[in-house]
Amino acid sequence: MGFDFQHMIELLPDITLAFNQTLYMIGIALSVSLIIGLPLGIILFTTDRGLFLENRFVKTTLGFIVNMVRSVPFIILLVALIPLTKLIVGSTIGPAAASVSLSVAAIPFFARIVETSLREIDKGVIEAAVAVGATPWMIIKDVLLPEAKSSIIQGITLTIISLVAYSAMAGVVGGGGIGDLAIRFGYYRYDNTIMIVTVVILIVLVQLIQLLGDWTSKAIDKR
Amino acid sequence: MIHIKDLTKEYKSKKNTVIGVDHVNLDIKKGEVFGIVGYSGAGKSSLLRCINLLERPTSGQVEVNGSDLTKLNGKELRKARLKIGMIFQHFYLISQKTVAENIAFALKAASTPKEKIKSRVSELLEMVGLTDKRDVFPAQLSGGQKQRVGIARALANDPAVLLCDEATSALDPNTTLAILRLLKKINKELNITIVLITHEMNVVKEICDRMAVMQDGRIIEEGDVYDIFSKPQTELTKEFISSVVSFDVPKSILDACKGSVVKVLFRGDVAGEGVISDTIQLFEVSGNFLRGSIEYIQERPLGLFLMEIQGQPDNISRAITYMESRGAQVEVIENGL
Ligand SMILES: Nc1ncnc2c1ncn2[C@@H]1O[C@H](COP(=O)(O)OP(=O)(O)O)[C@@H](O)[C@H]1O
Ligand SMILES: [Mg+2]
Repeated sequence: MGFDFQHMIELLPDITLAFNQTLYMIGIALSVSLIIGLPLGIILFTTDRGLFLENRFVKTTLGFIVNMVRSVPFIILLVALIPLTKLIVGSTIGPAAASVSLSVAAIPFFARIVETSLREIDKGVIEAAVAVGATPWMIIKDVLLPEAKSSIIQGITLTIISLVAYSAMAGVVGGGGIGDLAIRFGYYRYDNTIMIVTVVILIVLVQLIQLLGDWTSKAIDKR
Repeated sequence: MIHIKDLTKEYKSKKNTVIGVDHVNLDIKKGEVFGIVGYSGAGKSSLLRCINLLERPTSGQVEVNGSDLTKLNGKELRKARLKIGMIFQHFYLISQKTVAENIAFALKAASTPKEKIKSRVSELLEMVGLTDKRDVFPAQLSGGQKQRVGIARALANDPAVLLCDEATSALDPNTTLAILRLLKKINKELNITIVLITHEMNVVKEICDRMAVMQDGRIIEEGDVYDIFSKPQTELTKEFISSVVSFDVPKSILDACKGSVVKVLFRGDVAGEGVISDTIQLFEVSGNFLRGSIEYIQERPLGLFLMEIQGQPDNISRAITYMESRGAQVEVIENGL
């Protein structure tokens, strides 16, 4: 069975719904990972040895937790977090439920990306700010974030793209989304039309995100 | 202004301990420009960074402007740092902020009110000669201009002390000179005490009043720059001075000398050439200049000549005694007798 245009038109409502579900899940998971992952990444970096908030206990504890969550395969996380999901969303099924696991996976992922971005800043620039007598908050706001901005945007791009991939597994908890559609129709039912359409949508989506990310990251960099 | 007492800084790692600064005592007076020279790894940066506690000393005390910095808590230390400016070899400006924003950052650290920041930034830009670069990003500036922004940032909160870590080492000779002049002007007009570290003796010669020489974490020589230039005590100091005033003469020239080769040094106002011509007439010797120059250190002349003296051995030694009696320091390099 090849590509059937008529069949695609028939399934357009399904595709649109799946697309919206994907955007919904990624939107929530991304927002949560930005809100929690960014500060977490900043703490991971600034509590490191020789930095202005050096704190061995905080650094090792947070580092351990982050590594732990990152080492669990996503599909297992999805199942393991069902109780937490029920607590937060009140249901264990649907895109909202899938967003919980996606968020939990994205937070440590993004936090490590932020930490790496901050590590690229010349230590001398941070030290010059310390020598000026700036407070830790000022250094974070006026030195770390502006200097790492461009690199963090690249990190956000990477996080979104990883979320697109992870969201395909959300079908396990009935999350839906483009990836799920591809698996249910294209893979299990040998529906090549759906397979091709969804894969094309995913390719275009990822390319667009990458393009937009690269462009923004370049546009704001003053170096 | 700055009192450093028995300061030691060790860097400990799992494998070994490196000593950066080794029991250093140093007093730097208010309003002076103090230079610390030494080769790379001598511990200059470590010592300088202990003055504003960027490095916490392993032991010893650092007193700046009357308070012992090692005893302050975080908040007090930040307040003390507002009054200790620092500039760096690689400038370390915030690359994503304009020149004005970089300077404003320092003012914000001192909780300067918003309406005051703008006028103070203009004032500082004028002082360092960068008024037209206000809204430019550091990437668009030359090395010398970046260092001027660094200086403006360091001076933003009217510090009493300015620390300079190899501030001109990344700059070409002309730019170096311009930055050194600016530092001297700041020292004179604002009466800011300057401590600078460098591996270039030229920098010290240009603007320092007093200096210290560092080796292996210790200060091995210290004193007035003019005195050290005219009477260096250690081999290392002599080596550093020879990079500015050299007495090297090709060996073939030295070998061809029949008389005594002497190094003659005149301090201050002694008119060197006059003394030498008097000597030549009085003692019936002939003089032959091999090399010579007059250096100006702190605006005082220091005359240094390498010359061959020919004549009767008695006359030569009397001539040397005579020159010494007129204030010259004479060192016989090669006795042609
Ligand atoms: N952060 C550091 N960790 C370990 N060793 C250091 C550190 N900083 C300096 N050192 C060591 O201390 C010594 C003095 O270094 P430094 O103060 O940078 O000298 P200088 O500025 O004269 O070149 C060197 O042996 C150097 O390797
Ligand atoms: Mg150094």
